Amino acid sequence: MRSLQALAIVAALCGIVMVAAVVPGFRPLLGIAVPYLALIVFLLGMTARVVGWARSPVPFKIPTVCGQQRSLDFLPHHKLESPFTSWQVFGRMALEVLTFRSLFRNTQSSLTAGKNLAYEPSKWLWAGALAFHWSFLVILLRHLRLFLEPVPRGILFLESVDGFFQVTVPTLFLTDAILVAALLFLLGRRLLDARLRYFSLPADYFALFLLLVIAGSGIWMRYFSKIDVVGIKEFAMGLATFHPVVPASAGVIFYLHIVMVGVLFAYFPFSKLVHLGGVFLSPTRNLPNNNRARRHVNPWNDRRPVEVHTYEEYEEEFHDKLKACGLLQEDGE
Amino acid sequence: MLYDAGKILAGLAIFLVLVTAPIWWNVATGADAQAPELVMPQDQGGCVLPSGEMRASHMELLNDWRDLVVRDGDRIMITWDGREKRRSLTASCLGCHSDREKFCDRCHDYVGVTPYCWDCHITPIGGAS
Repeated sequence: MRSLQALAIVAALCGIVMVAAVVPGFRPLLGIAVPYLALIVFLLGMTARVVGWARSPVPFKIPTVCGQQRSLDFLPHHKLESPFTSWQVFGRMALEVLTFRSLFRNTQSSLTAGKNLAYEPSKWLWAGALAFHWSFLVILLRHLRLFLEPVPRGILFLESVDGFFQVTVPTLFLTDAILVAALLFLLGRRLLDARLRYFSLPADYFALFLLLVIAGSGIWMRYFSKIDVVGIKEFAMGLATFHPVVPASAGVIFYLHIVMVGVLFAYFPFSKLVHLGGVFLSPTRNLPNNNRARRHVNPWNDRRPVEVHTYEEYEEEFHDKLKACGLLQEDGE
Repeated sequence: MLYDAGKILAGLAIFLVLVTAPIWWNVATGADAQAPELVMPQDQGGCVLPSGEMRASHMELLNDWRDLVVRDGDRIMITWDGREKRRSLTASCLGCHSDREKFCDRCHDYVGVTPYCWDCHITPIGGAS
């Protein structure tokens, strides 16, 4: 049901956009106002979230590690799993951000023959996430060909690698196929696995449906309906140089694509998608495991000297009582 | 109060610059939002399909032509306005659109497309680029 709620919201958004796009008077709103507004919301929202996190004190140094910490010389220190220096933390973060190391460590429990509890590594989520995120990045970078003039060589190179097989006309980009396959897999595992379905929320499905609409509309325009790309680049360049003009040749699906990307950007900072920034600020990942070498002071500690009551002072205070019950440690006794 | 203010602000600055990179790139290159002007042939009797269709789907047409000619030897086609034309990139297309640089490359470069026509076909004299 929660998946249907999300589907209903995405479908309603699609319906509104597609009806509005039929009316020429609404097209500047959809094609120009929505992208600019979405970008402003995205930038301000992400900044506000990051500043909010940076204002939160970290009372303890809490890296979660799974390797030998730096210790005596004869114990081999696992530098990536239990980093000690900033550079080792950098390496650990790079592995996390670029290769999703913590998803790689996923294990799955199951009952073998209905009796014995067994744990085994499960790499499917890791593989699906990696396929989705990297394809999405490549697609995002490829879209820069529409926003940059002249088109940088790096973008052209990326296109030629992505279209390596030169099948279909226009050439099939592998990332388009991988992205859709990965999204369908990530959606399928939430829908088909009872445990995952139990704790999936509408927001989990919403992002997937939204991305599927974006990918589907883009694929439709490139491979099937064949949009006039020169007109689209003129439009995109207009946005990037602040002389926006709506494209004359574009149809309803184009506006669907643009507005849904706008929805994605505007929704980004206020949803789970904000892990784009959050992954860099996870205290369990970005802190070195050097508690025993360097003291971490809780930022909200009272900085005045702590009142201490030493043993000597205690003994002096209770001298007579201690002596009476024979507990006093005195010289010569 | 901002903890680790230096690192946070540096990270935010990198993020903001990356997201808005297209704006700065186009300011730096002095790019113009206008699409390139195409040099259209004069007095040739029109293309094999209406220009709007050619603009959006010429790559499909060329691909179909290649398959029809190479696999079936089917050379003759009827244009949308009833003329007979030879299916040939070099003879028909480049016969009218004789300057590859001014006709093909301008748009392809503009939108960052690298068609593989020229992996096999030569550029005729007069259209050297």
